[in-house]
Amino acid sequence: MPDIERVVHAAAARYEHDATQLLQILIAVQDELGYLSPPALTAIATTLNIPRSRVQGVAGFYSFLYTEPVGRYRILFADNITDRMLGAPLLLDELCRKLWLERGKLSEDGLVSIDTTSCTGLCDQGPALLVNGRVVTRVDHRRINRIAELVRRQVPVEDWPAEFFHIDDNICRRDALLGTPFKPGSALIAAMRLGRNDWLQEMHKSKLRGRGGAGFTTAVKWTGCRDAPGQQKVIVCNAYEGEPGTFKDRVLLNSFADHVFEGMTLASWATGAQLGLVYLRGEYRYLWPALHEVLERRRAAGLLGKAILGTPGFDFDIQFHLGAGSYVCGEETALLESLEGKRGTPRIRPPFPVVRGYLGRPTVVNNVETLAKTCLIALQGGSAFAATGTRQSTGTKLLSVSGDCAAPGIYEYPFGVSIAKVLDDCGASDTQAVQVGGASGMMMATYEFHRSIACEDVPSAGAFMVFDSSRDPFEIAHNFVDFFVHESCGFCTPCRLGTTLLKGYMDKIARGYGAKVDLADIDWVNRLLKNASHCGLGTTAPNPVVDTLVKFRPAYERRMQSLDFEPAFDLDAELETARRLTGRADPAAYLNGNNEARP
Amino acid sequence: MSAPEKTRVATASLAGCFGCHMSLLDIDEHLFELVEKVEFDRSPLTDIKHCGACEIGLIEGGVCNAENIHVLREFRQHCKILVAVGACAINGGLPAQRNYFKLDDCLRQVYQYRIGMTDAGIPDDPELPLLLERVHPIHEIVRVDYFLPGCPPSGEAIWSFLSDLLAGRTPRLPYSLMHFD
Amino acid sequence: MNREFMLDGLPVAFTEGQTILQAARAAGRYIPSLCWHPDFPPHGSCKLCIVKANGRHVSACALPAREGMEVESDTPEINGERRALLQMLFVEGNHFCPSCEKSGNCQLQAQAYELEMTSARFDYLFPVRPVDASHPDILLDFNRCIFCELCVRASRDVDGKHIFALTERGIHKHLVVNAESGRLSDTDFAADDLAAHICPVGVILHKRVGFQRPIGQRDYDHEPISQVAMEESS
Repeated sequence: MPDIERVVHAAAARYEHDATQLLQILIAVQDELGYLSPPALTAIATTLNIPRSRVQGVAGFYSFLYTEPVGRYRILFADNITDRMLGAPLLLDELCRKLWLERGKLSEDGLVSIDTTSCTGLCDQGPALLVNGRVVTRVDHRRINRIAELVRRQVPVEDWPAEFFHIDDNICRRDALLGTPFKPGSALIAAMRLGRNDWLQEMHKSKLRGRGGAGFTTAVKWTGCRDAPGQQKVIVCNAYEGEPGTFKDRVLLNSFADHVFEGMTLASWATGAQLGLVYLRGEYRYLWPALHEVLERRRAAGLLGKAILGTPGFDFDIQFHLGAGSYVCGEETALLESLEGKRGTPRIRPPFPVVRGYLGRPTVVNNVETLAKTCLIALQGGSAFAATGTRQSTGTKLLSVSGDCAAPGIYEYPFGVSIAKVLDDCGASDTQAVQVGGASGMMMATYEFHRSIACEDVPSAGAFMVFDSSRDPFEIAHNFVDFFVHESCGFCTPCRLGTTLLKGYMDKIARGYGAKVDLADIDWVNRLLKNASHCGLGTTAPNPVVDTLVKFRPAYERRMQSLDFEPAFDLDAELETARRLTGRADPAAYLNGNNEARP
Repeated sequence: MSAPEKTRVATASLAGCFGCHMSLLDIDEHLFELVEKVEFDRSPLTDIKHCGACEIGLIEGGVCNAENIHVLREFRQHCKILVAVGACAINGGLPAQRNYFKLDDCLRQVYQYRIGMTDAGIPDDPELPLLLERVHPIHEIVRVDYFLPGCPPSGEAIWSFLSDLLAGRTPRLPYSLMHFD
Repeated sequence: MNREFMLDGLPVAFTEGQTILQAARAAGRYIPSLCWHPDFPPHGSCKLCIVKANGRHVSACALPAREGMEVESDTPEINGERRALLQMLFVEGNHFCPSCEKSGNCQLQAQAYELEMTSARFDYLFPVRPVDASHPDILLDFNRCIFCELCVRASRDVDGKHIFALTERGIHKHLVVNAESGRLSDTDFAADDLAAHICPVGVILHKRVGFQRPIGQRDYDHEPISQVAMEESS
């Protein structure tokens, strides 16, 4: 059998020829073949007995799936603003130079390609890069030299120095979750002692709200799922931590996985769900083996599987799904589509996932941190949990602190902590702005540092990026706009075009062609994004620009070339081809911007 | 009593076919009314070579070469109200259909590789304006105040539009006159 | 039990489960749309049907009507946003109406006429999208695609053929056909498929029938789409 056929059959067999596992099968096939060639896509369609158009549609959606040949070494530099601040663009150029390569192009020998990728969740130990999907942290000139050497000598990535791949937790402040010893199974035993209903009552009392950013009350979700018609309910752990500047879920999955899985089991106890799914972002794939060990250990201890802790009828187990580079899949309905092996396009709501979720079943989608927190509620009781934090935002919050500060890392605080306090604790000085909640969050200026992190004041999925006075707010916003263009799924008109047009204006201003009228156009595009977009990605995409235009307007104004109108491109440069082909150098062959009339 | 002062209007055809200008002439008997109200400055109708201070500038055609840019800038500088007239001025139109090819390929194909071509060579006479890499609608080069769509806009549409403008009303085409084709 | 909501200050009756747009159309009230089709579930991608319901922007095609809802649709604010959405679609593709067989019958163009979109405001993207003329009866001109997915849905859900799909994402999203060669002639697409008759713009065109109805005598040449749509549905 030809190689492609063999690989595709093996991958399909591993997933029982289940078309809902298409994304996992595509990943598995690419792992073997390097990229998904047209014949490979055809073979997958044939083997799974699904239309080829669907396979091509899905393969093209995810940025870590390649339908064109790629290098044997695929190097992707993380392109979050924090990586840029740590010098990533220079390091990228340096590596390109050392390997005689143009960014974004495959080397002629097919050996290596170098490009950028969205935030990899390693902002506290950046700049980071991915090599064939594996994370390299703390990239510096020395590491670039060594990477160039390793690639030139064609050393397999598995044999690269282990310290390249070393990732620290960097926990800088512990509170209720990170600071309390936890015995796996203890929370479950406590909740089971209460019984399913009383356990859900404790959840209500706790007033726990989702930690993924939206802040929806968790117990309401669980109750909705429990009460929804349908037997096969599902608990999904959203481990797609794609929000730029956020990395707390990585640390939880690395060192507190028992909390997370136990939280899923607690959700199952409350709702009656028997299936648990963890959707892990591709960048965190390296965590997979350790997470599997935890699952195995829990199964062996009777904490997962049939008749959990000897209770007949309490059956629950957890499966893993891997993402492949798509931020929008952190949106819960896009995540469900992706779990079903489709393009990650957000669904129309209603119906909500608790009624019709994964494969149409009632589904709870909870963030990693939310699930981990439920263990505390089971152990302390809902009222004790609700006594911490603020009235509207109970409990603690993990903040992912990065940027211009002495001690980047994870900080756990009770909700209500002020921005100033966090800045003080992390050793930030001369701070000009803080981006709270990531690219889709809020940019806070100095006069707002008294405000507090809480759903009712400054909500946050956990990102806390610090910028000192040497940073340019325009460049920060520009970086986030680039991010949203890259990550828009393109489903709806306002987001697909709005992000693209917004990038056009930001690029124009950055190139020095900005004009005052552009600011009015930007406002207009922002309004369309905010009002008309299909999902939260589009509605929040303009936030960085809106905030910087309000709070750091001179950063835009001082870049203006004209107070009226200016074309978006260099008109004279557009004559270059014609000049070259005609060999002309007479005065009329040039457009002098100042000399309007023709001589 | 002296006659009321006439509104000065300039017109130009850039990368277009003069169809919009022909359509302007298609307003038939309204032409008499028009010349009562306006005086033409730079225009193919007057042969005046450079634009003076005007109330209204009408631009037909997109921007395909260096000369188009000079003319367009001159119009923007001298006209209080600049109007993009017709498909080419508004979206590049037919000339912009070359935007899907590289200019290099276009020129070589036409002047070097075309079958039957003798004496092949891309013209380099300084009298010829150099081509831009892409054809642009005029609003990508200068600020434009109004747009009158159509390929060409009908005489009726042009008359309706100009009547509004001359009377100080914001131009608004009735549905029957709104066409992109 | 007669339930109703208010649309631009006038009552509209609805039955349980009807969306705002469905109820409005049934009551003879037009809300602009491009990706919505009466025979298919709501899609919600074009966003032309945005309205303000109780002060919040929502898609009228997707949101079920509720008793007492206050819906604003035909207002300068909402129509201004709709016009901007059309402008976005016009700069995204290559919509050169004078050369398009669909001109006069095109819903994108008709919406632009009715919403008085005289220019596209933004800079054009001029994407390069080669046409596919391989099929004996059908021409695909991707330059005009607005990603309503009506052909995708019709082929998948009615024709049962899955001829069309979207691939890639964001601004790079584009239509592909169900063949390794990428050519329509290598699929089992047929001129009498529903998908061959559902494109609201000029992507899927039938060969040898071009310009049979002259420009100037077409669906939207004299009557706005809001009227044509209501006549069709009554």
